[in-house]
Amino acid sequence: MNQDNVPQDKENLNEGKLAKLYYATDENGHYVKVNSVGWEPETVAMQQAWEIVDNDVEEARKKVVQGKASPVLYFMKKNIMTVPMLARYVGTIGLRVRLHMLPFFFTRLSRKTKEKYAFTFRITVEELIDQERLK
Amino acid sequence: MEIDFIHKQSAHCESGVISNLLRFHGLKFDEPMIFGIGSGLFFTYLPFVRLNGIPVASYRVWPGHIFKRFAKRVGIEIERQKFSTPGAAMLELDRMLGKGQPVGMLTSVFYLDYLPAAYRFHFNAHNIIVFGKENGRYLVSDPVMEHATDISAENLTRARFAKGIPEPSGRMYYPKNVSDNFDLEKAIWAGIRQTSDDMTRIPVLLVGTKGMHYLSTRLRKWPERLGNRKAILWLGNLIRMQEEIGTGGAGFRFIYAAFLDQASAVLKNEDLFAASKNLTKSGDQLRDFAYYAGRVCKNRQSDTKSFAELADMLDQCAQEERRIFSELYALSKSK
Repeated sequence: MNQDNVPQDKENLNEGKLAKLYYATDENGHYVKVNSVGWEPETVAMQQAWEIVDNDVEEARKKVVQGKASPVLYFMKKNIMTVPMLARYVGTIGLRVRLHMLPFFFTRLSRKTKEKYAFTFRITVEELIDQERLK
Repeated sequence: MEIDFIHKQSAHCESGVISNLLRFHGLKFDEPMIFGIGSGLFFTYLPFVRLNGIPVASYRVWPGHIFKRFAKRVGIEIERQKFSTPGAAMLELDRMLGKGQPVGMLTSVFYLDYLPAAYRFHFNAHNIIVFGKENGRYLVSDPVMEHATDISAENLTRARFAKGIPEPSGRMYYPKNVSDNFDLEKAIWAGIRQTSDDMTRIPVLLVGTKGMHYLSTRLRKWPERLGNRKAILWLGNLIRMQEEIGTGGAGFRFIYAAFLDQASAVLKNEDLFAASKNLTKSGDQLRDFAYYAGRVCKNRQSDTKSFAELADMLDQCAQEERRIFSELYALSKSK
């Protein structure tokens, strides 16, 4: 890639915080370092990945509001976690996390367990159990 | 406390951290040199390993390997530590900073709040350097960032003890013994030999240029096999692996071409510069591939024709790289 062709697409997801380093060639084919603020195909791919996350979060939110799942599911999706990963964070096994995603088991959880979930999701226990906020 | 530390931006985090750490210890290595000597370039496609239901494709070696290989070839000793509790990990970090030693460490991108939100997925093998502490915040040299930055103690602790695959477990490292008594020429050729060997001579369908060819044959069938939505999804993931942060563009091919360029200057070897030029061309083709793939993703139309065209482009790159690395292998063998 010639250094003049390093893409500088203004429409990007970098929030102005980041201009990535690229290696590009000068007119003789030798490499120089050039910063780039963004490139469309990469932005498209990234947007696509986030769309999936957002869809999952929205689906989880609906389930919680309908009473089909506990907030654990919603916050797990919101933090882009998977069940095995979340299980590692709260120090238990996947099956238990799956059970905690059911309202029946969630309401019977001890304060201590809820605190573990809240700590993992970086919220307070009150925020974790407050389902009004999800409506 | 702040250590007199110079931060320089790089394309890839692992080679960038090594470059910055070694500069502090008085060894000047540019990032591509480290990437090349550490044999960072590779290709694997693992259809049976799925991350979020999408098969893994990687354009480089496993995390940590560049460091290991580079340290071995240049003969520097690295002190590595891992911890069972966050408290012990942070205490040891403070102690090392107190001694004036910048420390490299493994972190999860998810908790590094100085990065743009869009990049913060759970990628647990990101390398950064911490080089000081001011008002309870740690000073961070993140190689992908233009300037040094800082992070709260809480976020750094979380980043160092992220869970999932892999788990950083507070891993940190710093060079213990740095001497400039090494044979640079030998190290460069060893790096080239391993990369060219890995790319062309491993008798496994899924790795090296064979892996690229295999992926192209699979890619061709994605629309009919997976349906429109999934095919687009998988293609998007492929672009991310190839072009996202840390790759330097075209799935590390440009960094490696920069290495060949620098190596040819050091060794006064014109053949390496020719190889660099060829790899640049092949990298440009990979960029074209990503460009058209991006178009397909944007239009959300996975017709068989566009996927066949994409597969052809990828296969062409595979053949091109096969030729380049075969030549490099022969060249490195003769040294």
